[in-house]
Amino acid sequence: MINVAQLSLSKGGRRLLDSISFQLSPGEVVAVIGANGAGKSSLLKVVSGEWSLQEGELSYDGEPVQDICKQDLAKRRAVMPQASPMSFPFKAWEVVALGRTPFGLNRPARERKTAVERLELTGTAHLAERNYTALSGGEKQRVQLARVLNQLLSSQAKHRYLFLDECTASLDPSHQHQVFQRVRALTSEGIGVLAIVHDIHLAAQYADRVLILKDGALLDAGSVRDCLTPQAMVEAFALHTHRLSHPEAEWPLLVARKNPLVAPQPVPFKSADVAAG
Amino acid sequence: MTTQLFTALIGLLLAVALMTALAFGPVPVSLRELGIWSMHWSPMTLPELPRHVAIVLGDIRLPRVLMGLMIGASLAMAGAAIQGLFRNPLADPGLIGVSSGAALAALAVIVLGNSILAGFMATFGFLALPFAAFLGALLVTWVIYSIAKLTPGGSQVTTLILAGVAITAFSGAVSGLLTYLADDAELRSFTFWSMGSLASVTWRDLAIAAPWMSISLIGFPLMAGALNVMLMGESVADHLGIDPDRIRRRVFVLTALAVGAGVSVAGMIGFVGLVVPHLVRLALGPDHRALIPLSGLVGAALLVWADILARLLVAPAELPIGIITALLGGPFFLYLLMRQTTEGIQHD
Repeated sequence: MINVAQLSLSKGGRRLLDSISFQLSPGEVVAVIGANGAGKSSLLKVVSGEWSLQEGELSYDGEPVQDICKQDLAKRRAVMPQASPMSFPFKAWEVVALGRTPFGLNRPARERKTAVERLELTGTAHLAERNYTALSGGEKQRVQLARVLNQLLSSQAKHRYLFLDECTASLDPSHQHQVFQRVRALTSEGIGVLAIVHDIHLAAQYADRVLILKDGALLDAGSVRDCLTPQAMVEAFALHTHRLSHPEAEWPLLVARKNPLVAPQPVPFKSADVAAG
Repeated sequence: MTTQLFTALIGLLLAVALMTALAFGPVPVSLRELGIWSMHWSPMTLPELPRHVAIVLGDIRLPRVLMGLMIGASLAMAGAAIQGLFRNPLADPGLIGVSSGAALAALAVIVLGNSILAGFMATFGFLALPFAAFLGALLVTWVIYSIAKLTPGGSQVTTLILAGVAITAFSGAVSGLLTYLADDAELRSFTFWSMGSLASVTWRDLAIAAPWMSISLIGFPLMAGALNVMLMGESVADHLGIDPDRIRRRVFVLTALAVGAGVSVAGMIGFVGLVVPHLVRLALGPDHRALIPLSGLVGAALLVWADILARLLVAPAELPIGIITALLGGPFFLYLLMRQTTEGIQHD
């Protein structure tokens, strides 16, 4: 279990995260939602160990994160970035093979075989020999997912965690669902997932729990059912929504109202300005 | 092309280069004499080999060839590593100003060694020259990286190259000034520092520079796995358990060692670090585990051949070797620039 307690972060005099506490258990998917600039990415960077811990506590299975060396951490968790540009023409399978870096690389033939197996998991085995730099954005992301799976599935660690940094933003709807179904399937192997998700519908469909961030603080946390409410949408996103029920499933649907934007406070109009202008 | 075939080909090219470099020159040496000489080493014990031939081979041509070999290998490896670190195929220790920084520092020690820098000379003795060149190279590498870091989006090609142009121009100017200040008649010319030459390499030069270069020749291949991961960006490297700061520091120090030692004995020899990794990447792909060692091999062969040309083209005079590498590298660099603009290779 990843335990986060009273975690805070400041950069350049700005408080990016403000005493956030939550837990991530093996085998569950937790979605992080919130407006742009709410601190989602910062939270992910600290919890995944990329940024060092400033204030508060963070532990992986009872071990404080400061005591885990980078290589050990890489055996316990993987991070799927928003985008992964690359200026050198690696083949797709070679990119996937890099996922095994923390475990030491095998002979090329074996690396290739494993890599192609991982590519199959994301439906991209046909891209194995293609030049990664020439792939489309969506193809790149699915190859990266295979790379991340290669890292996670090569690990013998008892508990493993996956962090997704809004990684489906560049994918079409069908591929978005494909990625989340693959991620969902990982939970049966005891992998805990923390995913930044912009699309509320994806969060509702695939997450067990949600964390709602606002201005660096935790606005609400709990089950999808309890947290995804029109009230929360107004507070987190300043967005008016209707909550509908899914015709065939239990998760809530939040659709934007006809006039969805919560009106910003009108700026007081000074007649003096008009006179001066 | 397979790695084995490529290695064999370059190995052959290098072997032929070594023989040619030893055999050709103002004192003609027959293949038979070369054979006899290479079986033995000491000039004293060979009645069938004229003494002057043994001396030309052993004391003049051999150190020169070995130095060319080592400088070529370490410059090419440094180029491959720097390109990987900056995630940019246009980076090169010469282009981004590292070589000129090293040359300036070396020249400063020579010219100011008995005045302002006397203390430095006294502290480091005969190692003062390569050590100063190392510090100069390290300083420029660090400055360039800091500048690249400041630009949003990281190591943009234009920023790097322009910073390199500025640093090269500035160190060139100060170097020129220093050569004019120097009254030492034996001071090697400005041309030597700016164009490079292997003409005056002795065993003593080799003994001073080789250990430093050896560190980089061993060190760069050890960075290969980490550099592969760094190609996906520093965040991803971190996620995969590689500390990007540590990799960066090591590549800087190794580059400064390679460039500093090379410059201190042979001046600035440009474009090797740009051209060679490119050719190897074209043949074998970007995997640093093959790219770095084979760049070393190709770089060694290239520089020995360039030195042969430098000696033969205007014989009995000699061209600075940097002219040969620049004749090759200049157009190649333009070609790369054009290709990069038309194909829009991405930089992040």
